[in-house]
Amino acid sequence: MNKKVDGQNSRILLSEKVKVGSKGPVNLTVADPNEMFFEAKRKPAFLTGSEVIKEAIRRANLDMSVAYPITPQSEAAALIGELFSEGYLKEYFRGESEFAVMGQCAGAAFGGARVFTTTAGPGTLRAMENFPMWAGSRLPIQVCVTCRGINSPLSIQPDTLELYYMLETGALVWHAETAQDLYDWILGGFMVAEQPDVHLPLALACDGFFVTHTKDNVMIQEDEICLPEYDPYRSPVPCMDMEVPPIRMMRDPFVMKSNYISYMTHASWQQEVRAAIDRSRKHTKVIMGGSLIETENLDREILLVSSGTAVSQGREAIRLLEEEGIKVGLVKIKSLRPFPFEELREATANAKTIFVPEFNVAGWLAREIKACIPDNQRVIAGPHVAGGMTMPSEVIVMEIKKGLGMKVEALSGRG
Amino acid sequence: MEEQYQVLPGPEAFLPPAAASQGIVLPDPGQAHIEGRLVDEEEAYEYAARKLLGGKVPTIFPGPLVLWKWNEKAAKKASAIRRLANALPARLIPMADYRPKYPKIDPAVEINPNHPNLTIWHNKIDVCIFVGVHCHQANLALKIIRGGTDCYTIAMCAQAGHEDACLSFRDISPETIDKLAATVERLKKEGVESQAIPFEQFVMSREGVVKGDV
Repeated sequence: MNKKVDGQNSRILLSEKVKVGSKGPVNLTVADPNEMFFEAKRKPAFLTGSEVIKEAIRRANLDMSVAYPITPQSEAAALIGELFSEGYLKEYFRGESEFAVMGQCAGAAFGGARVFTTTAGPGTLRAMENFPMWAGSRLPIQVCVTCRGINSPLSIQPDTLELYYMLETGALVWHAETAQDLYDWILGGFMVAEQPDVHLPLALACDGFFVTHTKDNVMIQEDEICLPEYDPYRSPVPCMDMEVPPIRMMRDPFVMKSNYISYMTHASWQQEVRAAIDRSRKHTKVIMGGSLIETENLDREILLVSSGTAVSQGREAIRLLEEEGIKVGLVKIKSLRPFPFEELREATANAKTIFVPEFNVAGWLAREIKACIPDNQRVIAGPHVAGGMTMPSEVIVMEIKKGLGMKVEALSGRG
Repeated sequence: MEEQYQVLPGPEAFLPPAAASQGIVLPDPGQAHIEGRLVDEEEAYEYAARKLLGGKVPTIFPGPLVLWKWNEKAAKKASAIRRLANALPARLIPMADYRPKYPKIDPAVEINPNHPNLTIWHNKIDVCIFVGVHCHQANLALKIIRGGTDCYTIAMCAQAGHEDACLSFRDISPETIDKLAATVERLKKEGVESQAIPFEQFVMSREGVVKGDV
């Protein structure tokens, strides 16, 4: 159980090497991220999620990105290529597969580069072995996971099942609801992931198509400022050269020896990675407005708790229910790792029934919530849709009415 | 009401938890932690100095970041650590690198993050300082020490600190190391006597131990 950490009055801590006002890529000026995120003038933009990724990366002082085509992230990867041609990145190329991409990202991060890539669905699973390797090697790479269905049968449509696989990789996992979340969290994500006490990869998820291919109003900074560059000398591990001390961990791993202390060292290493996830709480809260969750009307007996675009559908369902005199509160979970245990216990303390709408067949978020709150029979895992189905707000309304014992008409005739 | 976890010397468990997973939060700049409790760092200097003076085998484990002259600041830190060791007095046992060593380390003259308990046990170390060790490796070692030994661990970290140590400073510099040495000197003048068992510091060259009975 995490202790609640105050994020309201904290600031993003910077490397002593950061020179605010120095020259960044192209004609950008390095800004203090505290000013950049919270004080700098912003302008409105009407962008798709993919375009938002491009605009965030333009300002991220990124060293390198590796691309590989898979829907729905291909457009974002291609747009980052445009930034490379304009001089905003030092290196950009196409990998041979998602597995290769993540390995190439690791190589660059081992060498001290700030690295960003994108993937989705089957690509995430194909690359999966790399994510715990990134975390175990304490590489603060950011991967944007634009969630889509997992084969088979083939689907390219929105579905968040792949996030379930990501939860225990040792990476930070955040789930954006909107293009604005995506923009702010890409930039803020580098600042959290690169803190020396965290120094972990970040899987920043958004729902494919719903976010990546839908235009939305986003407030972005002027294209004159950028993040400070990454300082690899704050890393909690030395560069893991395969041959040379002080580490040589890949060549002489302790797992090669079969004894209690070798196994315990490996266990301790895994614990340390998860401890780093916990340490990220106080840094994450700074860039997420003070909490890992967002709440509305917690005094109500019925709550909707969800993440990603299921939250947006929930907001509309709450409005529809309100018209009928049914009052429902809302909890938006922004960070899945670290998971907001204590925050959720507090937020759901008064709720008698908790609905968890999700875009996946497993209902993994409902399981996570059930595992952390008392009296978890209050949690109703649903409604679920999967495989690219939309989740009309009326479906959430129907689920809540059914849960309240009201008679409802099925919406099965649609489509 | 759940009881707040305390980061205390062990032996704690077959596999002790990481303190961060028990709700221990790292100090902010200007703070330190004592056994998981966030304090003003001034309080921690006094507490750490008394702990070190009260130890029978106080030992400093300098890591690669201060053993090698990566830059001028590293050299200055190394000199400050030497002054602190002399002020106490404390043994110096290096953590020169992090790779597991087999068939075994020589626990009299080195410590390794993968089995640091061997060095603690061999030398009967009851209070120690980690300094110049990369944060991940320090946490690994500190947790294993807490798991299997009764040694009181102090971390002097140049970054964000270590909740797996019983006491941790953050953002240390040559000046802050000297400040701890000055606190030790002040306490000694005030009558707090070192409880350290007399010892001879070994000296090593590239060929091995050149001075000291180890």
